Amino acid sequence: MKILVIDDELPIQRLFEQRFRYEISRGNLELIFARSGEEALTKLPDASVVLILSDINMPGMSGLELLRQIRILYPQRPPAVVMITAYSDEQKRRQAALYGADDFLTKPLNFTLLRDRLTDYTTPIKTP
Amino acid sequence: MVVVLGILVCASCVSPAQTPAVAYQRNPYDKARLEVEAAPDNRQQLWLIGTLGSFVALVGVTFLLYRTNRQRQTLNALLQGQQTNVQTLQTQLAAAGESLRTIQAQLIEKEKLASLGELTAGIAHEIQNPLNFVNNFAEVSIELADDLAGAVRTGNHQKAGLLVTDLQENMQQIAQSGRRASAIVQAMLEHARSGADKAQPTDLNALAEEFLRLAYYGQRAKNKDFACALQTSLAHELAPVNLVPQEIGRVLLNLYNNAFYAVQERARSRGLGAGEYQPQVSVSTQAENGKVELRVSDNGTGIPADIVPKIFQPFFTTKPAGQGTGLGLSLSYDIITNGHGGTITLDTQEGKGTTVSICLPAKLL
Repeated sequence: MKILVIDDELPIQRLFEQRFRYEISRGNLELIFARSGEEALTKLPDASVVLILSDINMPGMSGLELLRQIRILYPQRPPAVVMITAYSDEQKRRQAALYGADDFLTKPLNFTLLRDRLTDYTTPIKTP
Repeated sequence: MVVVLGILVCASCVSPAQTPAVAYQRNPYDKARLEVEAAPDNRQQLWLIGTLGSFVALVGVTFLLYRTNRQRQTLNALLQGQQTNVQTLQTQLAAAGESLRTIQAQLIEKEKLASLGELTAGIAHEIQNPLNFVNNFAEVSIELADDLAGAVRTGNHQKAGLLVTDLQENMQQIAQSGRRASAIVQAMLEHARSGADKAQPTDLNALAEEFLRLAYYGQRAKNKDFACALQTSLAHELAPVNLVPQEIGRVLLNLYNNAFYAVQERARSRGLGAGEYQPQVSVSTQAENGKVELRVSDNGTGIPADIVPKIFQPFFTTKPAGQGTGLGLSLSYDIITNGHGGTITLDTQEGKGTTVSICLPAKLL
């Protein structure tokens, strides 16, 4: 499972690598990183990315704008997109949902919760 | 003069009395008789008229003197009244001046608080991020410590060594994040603090970047959809500049907020989805000839030429009521010119954008 993590804060990369060290060491998970919305768009043609975890407040393209573009650019193979922001904001949550976000998480990230939900995020919903 | 006037009156009275004598010149006898009879009466009459004339003149002069004196007294009273009025006005003026100074101080405080309000959201974001790292790295370190304990128990020294390295790095990250949060709180307190701030050697590049981020996140908190490209072009190895950081920070915040406002206005005027407008705000620094120049540029609405001369005037604002105090650029001008001996200039083109340049002496006394 390949996850693209987008955040302008560099230490977030080390944090994710440490938090998912077991999954990474066993080859169950691969993490790639981008520090802006623009950089993320250059990495998205990689079809093996199944989950995107994106910060909202970033210089340049915001996470919400990135989400909007992802939904326009990849309507046929929609990766799961989970928005992350530093503080809880109901309006942003609604906006993220409107743009097609799969979930909305608030910093500081609860990695236990995130780990538990990884499967849910990446499993396509079965239609009856 | 009055006496001369009286004599003249007498003289004028004497002349007509001689006229009847001329009428009798044809008869020498009558003439002689007339002269003999009329002489004492005429003299008496002349003296009487002269005295009367002098008296009238004297009364006239007395009246003139009296009137002049009364006028002088009236004028003196009027003057005294006016002097009292002037003193009253001076007192009122002094009170009004004092009141104006108080209001001005209050307005400056208000402007500081307003800009602090602008900062709040940015500060919240800036503090939350390092705090998140402190929490997250602390949590992961607990897990690593558990793993380390296990590795030590099993005698796996290689794994233990790797885990210790990870823990050390995490501790460094926690300490660094804590310092960052502390510095942000300190900056916020300094921004709000009033009173005499002292100049100190300051990294202008770091200050420019720090306030750019704070201002940007402040705007983003207010306008959820706002996105803007931020560009920095900072001079390498810029020597510390002796300045008052909280004051220059306030100036930077004003300039950035104005720039963000201008690009948002331009985006709004174009309408949603109209054209390919990319809002952009940039900051650059440059050291040259003993001076340091800092430029804040935007590709926003620009400023109409007829407004430019008023732009640094107190209380002048182009923003809608309630959105600007009109003191931001005025205070900035004061801080740069009077406070730091520098210059602040504005170059703008309506519909294209604006650049504000600040020039500071590289070394201040």
